[in-house]
Amino acid sequence: MRREPPQTLGDYAPLLFPAAMLTIFFVVPFGTMIAVSFFQRQQGGFYTPAFVFDNYARFLSVFFGGVLGFSLMLAIIVAICCVVLALPFTYMLTRMARKVQVVWLVALLSILSLSEVIIGFAWSTLFSRTAGITNILVALGIMAEAKALTPSFGAVLTGMVYQAFPYTVLVLFPALVRLDPTLTEAARTLGASPLKAFFTVVVPALRNTITATLIMVFIFALGSYLLPQLLGRPQHWTLSVLITDQAIYQSNMPFAAAMAVFLVLVTLGLVALTVIAGRKGEAA
Amino acid sequence: MTSIFRKAYFFLIGLFLSLPLIVVAGVSVNQKQTLAFPPQGFSLSWYGEIFLNPEWRNALFASVTLAMLSAALAVAIALPLSWFLWRRIAPWANIFQLLGVAPFTLPPVITALGMLTFWATVGFYGQPWTAVVSHAIFFVTLPLVTLSLGFTSIDRSLVEAASTMGADERTIFRTVVLPLILPYIVSGYAFAFVLSLNEYIVAYMTVGFTVETLPIKIFNALRYGYTPTMASVTVLFVTTAAVIFGLVARFGDLPKLLGAMSSDGK
Repeated sequence: MRREPPQTLGDYAPLLFPAAMLTIFFVVPFGTMIAVSFFQRQQGGFYTPAFVFDNYARFLSVFFGGVLGFSLMLAIIVAICCVVLALPFTYMLTRMARKVQVVWLVALLSILSLSEVIIGFAWSTLFSRTAGITNILVALGIMAEAKALTPSFGAVLTGMVYQAFPYTVLVLFPALVRLDPTLTEAARTLGASPLKAFFTVVVPALRNTITATLIMVFIFALGSYLLPQLLGRPQHWTLSVLITDQAIYQSNMPFAAAMAVFLVLVTLGLVALTVIAGRKGEAA
Repeated sequence: MTSIFRKAYFFLIGLFLSLPLIVVAGVSVNQKQTLAFPPQGFSLSWYGEIFLNPEWRNALFASVTLAMLSAALAVAIALPLSWFLWRRIAPWANIFQLLGVAPFTLPPVITALGMLTFWATVGFYGQPWTAVVSHAIFFVTLPLVTLSLGFTSIDRSLVEAASTMGADERTIFRTVVLPLILPYIVSGYAFAFVLSLNEYIVAYMTVGFTVETLPIKIFNALRYGYTPTMASVTVLFVTTAAVIFGLVARFGDLPKLLGAMSSDGK
């Protein structure tokens, strides 16, 4: 049976349920959120339909600028750390026996699926004074006494890299699997050391993949909503944390919605960049 | 790259990935209600607590129910859609594929907030079933991607043969397509199930004030009193995820599944 265009109205029937679900429960909520971002906030957590730009005007404050700048900077650092760590890892992983690969992939998937709550809890335990890593250092005689390493910027960064690392590996995996092994073999035959072959052959060949991965991990890190809250101080809060905070605790839905719309625009812009980077990769 | 370097690198990455889990596993066997590490004494009572303490048991029950139902709904949305896209030439219908992938690509807080405003507007805010629908939409990407991959791997001549022999559309779907696509339905369901089990923000924003799922319960415990039960639940979650993905790997082609997933996600 070949693929054919739908002939009768009945042929469209299978599409009915998925289309209705996605429209009612994704498109409509998304539209609702955009509408609410223009609503007027009332005292006591309510809002009334209106068409005001007040919620967007608040972006222009110094505080908001600071949060936005910090969120972007944090996501960039996370993306760079993850790609730097994951690229050699994934490259070596794809050259291992299939069984070993599967074990690592299962482990990475399990960690990737972990709740942010759980990752935050695990790292706050590891960085705590009573159960933390500093106790090991004390036992080894490196440190005088155990101390808490959280809340701090380093703790936030570590937690986020931990969360995004498996994602980075899984994004890089298909591209590296498909990488022509003869490329490095040729470099090795011509006398390049393995390290040199990696940096002069593999990395340049993957330039577009690396760019696309950086952007995707950046978007992923931008979505982190709990780790900055659990492992950092209020000055380490990101846009995602601020949106949650405004929506739930400050009951300012219109402002939360406006920030969310803004975050969507940033994300979509970056997705567009990824697509362009991907196109270039195909052309080259 | 040289083998010593490789081994050292993999060891360090493995250590980084497992260290928090090792500490949490250690904390979970403390004898007294303390989060000490190395653990003081040894006791498995905190694992019993998950099932014996009514609060944790209810949270576990809520999470498992939510994950089972929402993953089923996600598959129910993804299966007809991906079948239609495979069977028919209708380029405009790809827009629904895009809509299915969108919630997963955007930062999760956006889907969560969209759902919150939507349920509040239509007046169902806080009803337990709204979380099922929200999770199904949020995770529909996973079965959609595995199923699209599954359909492309079906040999169309098989279907054509069945058709020539006189089978109608319904019979073909039941006897040829469904058995071939079943492994992809199962893995799509498994991915959605595990992620729904762990999901926090969407569940919190839709039913956070009426239902306590396990991630919400852990978060509340983080704020209002630490207990080693948080650690034992974490160990339970990691084990569950590892077992489920291990089964997917055992009965399916995990590298292939992942190879296609990420390139589709771009």
